[in-house]
Order: sequence, then structure tokens, then C-alpha cells
Amino acid sequence: MALEVPPELEKEIDERITHYPVSKRSAVLPVLHALQHHFRFINEESVEWAAAKLELEPIKVLEVVSFYPGIRQKAPGKYHIRVCRTLSCAMAGSYELMDSICEKAGIDRSGVTHHDPIALSEDGKFSIEFAECLASCGTGPVCLVEDDFHEAVTDVDALLSQYK
Amino acid sequence: MSQVKYIAGKEPHANESRVVFKNVDREGWDQSIETYIKDGGYEQQKKAFKMEPGDITEEVKKAGLRGRGGAGFPAGLKWSFLPPNNDKPVYLICNADESEPGTFKDRYIIHQDPHQLIEGMAISCFAVGAKLAYIYIREEFPEGAQILETAIEEAHKKGFLGKDILGTGFDLEIYVHRGAGAYICGEETGLIESLEGKRPYPRIKPPYFPAAMGLYLCPTIVNNVETLCHVKHIIGSGGEAWSKTGTPNNTGTRILCVSGDVQKPGYFEVQVGKVTLGELINDMCGGLKEGRKLKAVIPGGSSAKVLRADETFKVGRGDDEKEISIWDIPMDFDTLAACGSMAGSGGVIIMDDSRSMSWVINNLNNFYAHESCGQCTPCREGSLWMKKITDRVVAGKAAPSDIDQLDAVARNIDGRTICAFGEAASWPTESFVDKFRDELVADTKPELEEAFVNAESLTAAANLK
Repeated sequence: MALEVPPELEKEIDERITHYPVSKRSAVLPVLHALQHHFRFINEESVEWAAAKLELEPIKVLEVVSFYPGIRQKAPGKYHIRVCRTLSCAMAGSYELMDSICEKAGIDRSGVTHHDPIALSEDGKFSIEFAECLASCGTGPVCLVEDDFHEAVTDVDALLSQYK
Repeated sequence: MSQVKYIAGKEPHANESRVVFKNVDREGWDQSIETYIKDGGYEQQKKAFKMEPGDITEEVKKAGLRGRGGAGFPAGLKWSFLPPNNDKPVYLICNADESEPGTFKDRYIIHQDPHQLIEGMAISCFAVGAKLAYIYIREEFPEGAQILETAIEEAHKKGFLGKDILGTGFDLEIYVHRGAGAYICGEETGLIESLEGKRPYPRIKPPYFPAAMGLYLCPTIVNNVETLCHVKHIIGSGGEAWSKTGTPNNTGTRILCVSGDVQKPGYFEVQVGKVTLGELINDMCGGLKEGRKLKAVIPGGSSAKVLRADETFKVGRGDDEKEISIWDIPMDFDTLAACGSMAGSGGVIIMDDSRSMSWVINNLNNFYAHESCGQCTPCREGSLWMKKITDRVVAGKAAPSDIDQLDAVARNIDGRTICAFGEAASWPTESFVDKFRDELVADTKPELEEAFVNAESLTAAANLK
């Protein structure tokens, strides 16, 4: 089934492509970001749509999709959480934060692998994954919930209750 | 500077010299162009656009500005590598992919003072003749990307970007390009590949020095956020005057980011080399945590070799040579190199005696195994191998000889890869094994040695037909 891209989104994408006057291929990530923002993840149809839009072979888009951790290949929950895993945050308790969020949101991370890093809550409201250094090492542990950045997270109930 | 007031509780420390961070946590400050202009913003761009482009590069050279992203390479020299009589377009890229563990400085510049960066970029573009520039910002800074796009739009409306800027006939467009969560994009040739819409596999140098063959194989300058901001201040004060701050060959100010086991982690802009590690920890960060002793310090981002608290270091040359303790290390490029580590990106990670070094190196090995782009075999395989070995050490399932194996794997990555990620990934392991071997070995189980040998011989035997 072909992807149904709303006209406003396509307009936004077309504008983004103009930022790369030398090579349309440069717009692969911006196009994928826009599609992911709207559709929540990138599936085969999105890859094909992006490829057609940029006049590329789909494999040129797929190789990008399959490389970058920031491009999701499966549907996340309504709110996607990324907890910083790297040293300074880990020293400040990011593994404990991960465990606590999973417990309170009902997420089982036992099936997580390098190629399938995202775990979903039973009700589908939250999904979670570890991210590498989010560059806020002085205020760990930190996490991103969608595009919201949270620092020195200690109260997980307060964190999750912001998301209805 | 005296008229600048800061938000209560976020005032800079007395040892700080705020230049690039002047407006960070400033009272009454916001990201709008009006606020920036009221504070004298874009005056340096006006000044620079009346200069000869080559003279701007000369000022940056005179200043002795060294890149703040990690390598500490002189920025003016980098610019002068652009081929003479070039007829191809020149591009400038701001590396805002801040992702070296321990580093969190660009975040605050981008979020709180975006116009400073844009002004620094505009001046730099004018100097090198770039009419198209990109800010490659990591995907995990969504708000930062938005703030920069708004700032670019504002600068456009005021005539600091776009066509015929300030009546000079010079055109410049700056666009924000978001990455997608890969550390390797901070490596400049990987970044360029990423910006071309490909996997960010770094290019081999030579021949692919960006100044000669960068974006779309055209001459390209890639500079860090903090470096580009400094260009504005160099034009403001003149290169000569700017070079009087800091210490010789380590000029200017730089932002140190402190995290880990101190009372008050944070960011501090100091004159390079004027503050020692001891002053940084004890005076500026409130010291170590109650009842704890210093164990180790990673002084320049996670890729910098670790320093052990009880080591002594030989610094200085000739008659100036002396032995100093970890507390007396001035935080500059040359001294940290002499101590066997590096100033890198300015990310200082402090570890006290509550930390297990096996756990720490395992955390970092997980990072590098995740972030290796996979292009070069020693790094792709080696980083994962190092992670697996330290996973075993932490789980109490390693034998003492695993530590030798760990060291051997690290030393077979270093120097055998296309880009510096190979060193970045192996130096932590090499230095932790060098300096904390006893502790790492103590976390292994000698009784497993024989079991491993047997298992290995069995596998080997099974493979022999």
C-alpha cells in the first residue's frame, strides 16, 4: 500500500529539500525525520516514498534507515522515552532510572537486542530505549520523552504523570 | 563584564572568564535577535565584513585559536589549507553533533545564545568564501534545532544572512541539518558523508582532507560550535589581544564540563591553562563527595586516556621540567598531552573511590561498541570484543588472562582504522588496563582459566576435521 502523505507534510518536505541545492540525496535524513515525526516510525512504504521523492533507489534510503539509531524501524508507544546510558549518567543512576520507569510503566525489556532496542509498555502508552550520551553529563540522569528533555530525574511518577 | 548579572544560584565562579558563555544563565537574557543586538550583537560581523577575508584568517591565526571539538588543531591553519586559486564552491559546516561522553558545552550555546554562533559562522564564512553553510546538529537536540532555525530566520530578516549582506555583495545561506543519533557523525568526514545523505562512513585522509575535498568533494571547513563562537570574539578584540588570554600555545578561554563524583558538577569557562585540575575539583566544583577520595579522572571526554589519582606526571621541557601530582595539572592542551592524555573536548569526568574501574571501562566499551560505524574490521570487531570481555569481567565470568586479551584487542585497533574512532575506542581500554590492571584482574576468577582453556580446545578440536 502506498504511503498517504498529507499535503502540508509534503509541502514541508519539499521546502526542506530546497536546503540542499547541490544534491537532493542530502535531504534523506530531513525527509526521514519529517516522515518519522508524522508516522512515528519508518516502514517499507516510507522508504519507498522517500526514495521516489528524492529520485533515489530505495536501497539508498534503506541503508540510511538501517544505520542510524535515531530512525526507528518499529512503532513506538504514544510517548517514546530515551534514557541516557553512558558513563556520567550511569554514575548518576541512569540504569536505576531505566528500571524504575520500566516497572512503573509496565515495560518488559527482556527481549531487547542491538537491532531491536525499543520495548513497549503493555498498554502501548510508553516505549523506551537506552540512548548513548545525551550531552548533559552535569545534570544526570537525563532522558528525552518525545522532544522534551528532562534532567536530574529522580521522581519517576512525576515524570510519567506529565504524559496522559 | 561587570554589568552582566546572572540568575541567582547560577553565577559563574570567580575563577571563570566568561567570553563564549557570557550570556549563559544571564539574567534577563533570551535567544531573540533583539536582545542580542541590544547587547552589541552582530557588531563584529559588521566590522569583519569591512575587512579583507584573508585578514580575518590572519587574525584567527594570530590568536592561536585551537579547535575546541577534540583534536585541538589550530583553526586558522585549518582555514589556510583551502586550495589557492580554487574555482569550486567552498562550504562551511558547524559541527554541533556534540556527543563525546562527558561533554555538554555546545548544548548551552545553542539553547541560550544561538545568535553568537550564527555571527561567528557568518564571519567565518566570509573569511573562507563560503556562501552555503550547514549546522550539523545531533538529532537529540530537537529544541536546539528549532531555536537555531528561528535565529537564522531572524538574522535573515535583519540582513545578516541572505543576499548582499550589509551591502558587501556577499551572499550566505545557513541551514540546520539534523543528525540521527550516531556518534561517528562528529568525525568530520563521517559528518560530511552523512550530510551527503549516506551512511556516515569516514573517508580516508589523505586524500579526503575536507579543506581540499570535503562536502560534494569541494573545499570544506568543519569547525566546532565553540570554535566558531570564538571567531566573533577574536574579531572583536583583535587576534593579538585575544592571544594574551590563556597561556602560550594554549590561548584563549575554553569551556570545561565537569561531571561525575563531585559536589557540584557543571560548566566553567576558564582561561586555558590558568586553572589546575585541583582548583577545578576543589574550588569550582565544591570538592569530592563527603568522605570520598579521588580515584581517577578522564580529563577530555571519554576517549581521553584516564589519569590515576596517585600518579605523578612529568611536564615541561628542559630546565622547566618537573614532576607534578594530578591536582597540579593545568588544564591545557600541551600539559594534558604531556601527561599522556588529552584536553580533547573539555569533558572532565571525575571518579571517586566508590567506583569500580571494571564497571567504568565496561560502560565505555558498551558505548564504543554501539557507536563503531562498522567500516573497518579492527574497530567493528574489536570494539565489540572489548565490550564482551568487560561484560564478562563485570559479571564475574572472566579469567585473569582475559585482561591480557582485552589489552591485545585494544592495541590491535589503535592505528589500524580509517578514522580516529579507532584510537577513541581503544585508548580508554588501553589506559584502564595500564593503570588499573590489578583491579581489573581482581574482578576475574583464576579458577575459570582452566575451564576456558578446555572449552577453547574443545571448540578448536570440533572444528578440525
